[in-house]
Amino acid sequence: MQSVIRIILQRLALGLLTLFVVSIVIFTAVNMLPGDFAQAILGQGATPEAVEAIRRDLGLDQPPITRYFQWLGSAVQGDLGNSFAQANFASFVGADSGVRTTVAQQIAPRFANTMFLAAVTACIAVPVSLLLGILAALFRNSVFDRATNVTTLTSISSPEFFLAYVLILFLAVLNPVLPSLSNIFEGMSFSERLEKTLLPALTLTLVVTAHMMRMTRAAIINLLASPYIEMARLKGISPMRVIVKHALPNALAPIINVIALNLAYLITGVVVVEVVFVYPGIGQLFVDSVKIRDIPVVQACCLIFAAAYILLNLLADILSILSNPRLRHPK
Amino acid sequence: MTRISRRGLLRTGAAAGVLAASGLPVFAQAKRGGRLRAGLNGANTSDSWDGRTHSDLYMIACAQGAVFDSLTEIAADGSLIGELATDWEATPDAKTWTFNLRQGVTFHNGKPFGADDVLESLQMHVAEGAKSAAQPIVAAISEMKKTGEHQVQFTLEAGNADFPYLMSDYHLLMYPAGQIEEAIAKGIGTGLYQVTSFEPGVRMTARRVDSHYKGDRAGYFDELEYIAINDSTARMNALMTGQVDVINRIDFKTEALLKANPMIRIQEVTGNQHYTFPMLTKVDPFTDVNVRRALKYGINRQELVDKILLGHGMAANDTPIGPANQYFHSEMEPLTYDLDKAKFYLKEAGLTELNIDLNVSDAAFNGAVDSAQLYQASAKGAGININVVQEPADGYWSNVWLKKPFCASYFSGRATEDWMFATAYEAGVPWNDSQWDQPRFQELLLTARAELDSNKRREMYHEMQQILRDDGGVIIPMFANYVQALSTKIATSDTIGNLWQMDNGRMAERWWMA
Repeated sequence: MQSVIRIILQRLALGLLTLFVVSIVIFTAVNMLPGDFAQAILGQGATPEAVEAIRRDLGLDQPPITRYFQWLGSAVQGDLGNSFAQANFASFVGADSGVRTTVAQQIAPRFANTMFLAAVTACIAVPVSLLLGILAALFRNSVFDRATNVTTLTSISSPEFFLAYVLILFLAVLNPVLPSLSNIFEGMSFSERLEKTLLPALTLTLVVTAHMMRMTRAAIINLLASPYIEMARLKGISPMRVIVKHALPNALAPIINVIALNLAYLITGVVVVEVVFVYPGIGQLFVDSVKIRDIPVVQACCLIFAAAYILLNLLADILSILSNPRLRHPK
Repeated sequence: MTRISRRGLLRTGAAAGVLAASGLPVFAQAKRGGRLRAGLNGANTSDSWDGRTHSDLYMIACAQGAVFDSLTEIAADGSLIGELATDWEATPDAKTWTFNLRQGVTFHNGKPFGADDVLESLQMHVAEGAKSAAQPIVAAISEMKKTGEHQVQFTLEAGNADFPYLMSDYHLLMYPAGQIEEAIAKGIGTGLYQVTSFEPGVRMTARRVDSHYKGDRAGYFDELEYIAINDSTARMNALMTGQVDVINRIDFKTEALLKANPMIRIQEVTGNQHYTFPMLTKVDPFTDVNVRRALKYGINRQELVDKILLGHGMAANDTPIGPANQYFHSEMEPLTYDLDKAKFYLKEAGLTELNIDLNVSDAAFNGAVDSAQLYQASAKGAGININVVQEPADGYWSNVWLKKPFCASYFSGRATEDWMFATAYEAGVPWNDSQWDQPRFQELLLTARAELDSNKRREMYHEMQQILRDDGGVIIPMFANYVQALSTKIATSDTIGNLWQMDNGRMAERWWMA
């Protein structure tokens, strides 16, 4: 157990370093894009004076290095700054109250929505892919195995928006059973929210299933050739029991890894699906913010994405250690 | 293409046909009730209830179209009517304007509306450090004073006969005095609808105010739900699957699919929105009027309408005054595609060949790059070699427009001639994107501005359009229609505003459940 805790601490420290590097890369990349927030928000009305005024208000006239360290300084204290988008038109009549929308306030509801979509998808995708994987291993090379493989591989090979439109066509246009618009909002009942989220969740399920299902199948089949499985078979245990009781526990490590990777994808890779279904998640906010060069929000989104990857990978490693007695009790 | 009536009439006969076929009488009686669900583009996470920042349909429809009011309003037929002002009067030099305000109006928080609200709401556009697109309108007022609880008087720096029109601008919303910050944070106006929820860039809901001064003549829905759908395919899907009742700005490429659906009708109006190719007339070779004329005859306007707008527009003659304007010169001789004339003017300029760069990006308007390439092909025969330079969309307005001698741009147009000219054609204004300064035109502009006699103004504005056609520095090949789609569950009157998309953004006030 000692070793597990040491690994966790080590990995967390490395994770922080990764986040730091990611923040530098993103900051540099956004700064290298042509145009800035002032120009983007003013559009055709970007007179030099107006651009200057907004840059001054937001501190965009400072050199990039100064701005980065200012941001970093408050970020390590847990303050992700104020969103440019909601802060840009200060002077009302009379005194400016100084009330600003913080990045955290802006991201929180969107992030909750994305997590909800990821959770619904995971609840569908993980059991389905495990089951399909086990069944495919059990009936390998049968028609069922081939059909599952072809279907899941086709769905993973198609672009997400195409899958989304196919699902909309069959489930919303031709047979109107599900809504094509997933504009969930606060105050919606859980069942309504679930109904609205189902189509994007199904789309994402189609995208991630193949990977998990094929890994499950491969990992189990790999083990089926080992002597202990042969022993189990010779004892006369049913094939299903051989797979679930004897093969699966030993195949868990690679499967968990793949599941974790796919869960991370559900948080970071939802941009296209969110746009197609008008789902108000973090992906859409991210795209909107890049468009108007709202650097604090872009930075925060990227950090969340990176953190999701780091934490889920860490979780996967820990779970695979815990699922393997040999690693759990090293000599 | 059907003939375009002078002001604001629904352009397509097709839409009326669908209405008739669906069994609805064309003059159906408006009735109260229902929830209008609209899928609209132009939404952003930076949206707020601050009228100074509004620039796209989503917030215009939410704010001026539902929650807030202005002093005056442009009706669907293009006429000017009072909104929070009941009537107004000018001195003969059109310099001093007195507005009588409507009595008994209250804001959504219960505060009564009066003269102080008007003064403070206008003042915010010229406040120190404010970035308002309506700043020039308010800055032209040299003195604002309260002459009664329900009367205000404006003294202008120079006479302006169109001043009441300017007060209908969608930036000039009326906020409660002393509570402007709160009103901006929560959306407190005097409009027909009171905000129930607002999430910038995502969604707005509102409900009808119980008793409103507009009474039964507007605001037929009980509730509104405006959903931000910036992606045009997602917008179409939402309408096709009945998730929303109306959408703005349909993608012309999918128009046939929408038309095939019997539950959907398409509404199309030709307004003042126009696409342009401005030339800097202070930069050679565009200083020579003959070069400009050669370029005017070298562009095939109808081809652009057919191929870029897929027919959803109208060829223009280098004037920004369109069918939504009162003094639109519809009988002016059109500028045709004529290579002989182009060659002739090139020769007049002492040239046999002209080599110029045209800097474009689709940021200027959808299809700008394709338009430039069509222009290149059509002008070639006259010895005009246009080199199309593609610019990045990011920073286009800051780095290319107003800077490169020949580029692409667009304007959504203005309600009045003077407003449009003062925005982009008056000598010295920042958006005069051709740096054009023609003495007769500038003289007429100032005379017409202060003239209250409608007939005299018509003559002057017709002459100005003629000057623009012959001498102007901006090539305006086409007016682009506003095209939107509605479920047959929604009924509208026959007259649809053409100043802006979605019945000038006022569908919440003017449309009803069929």
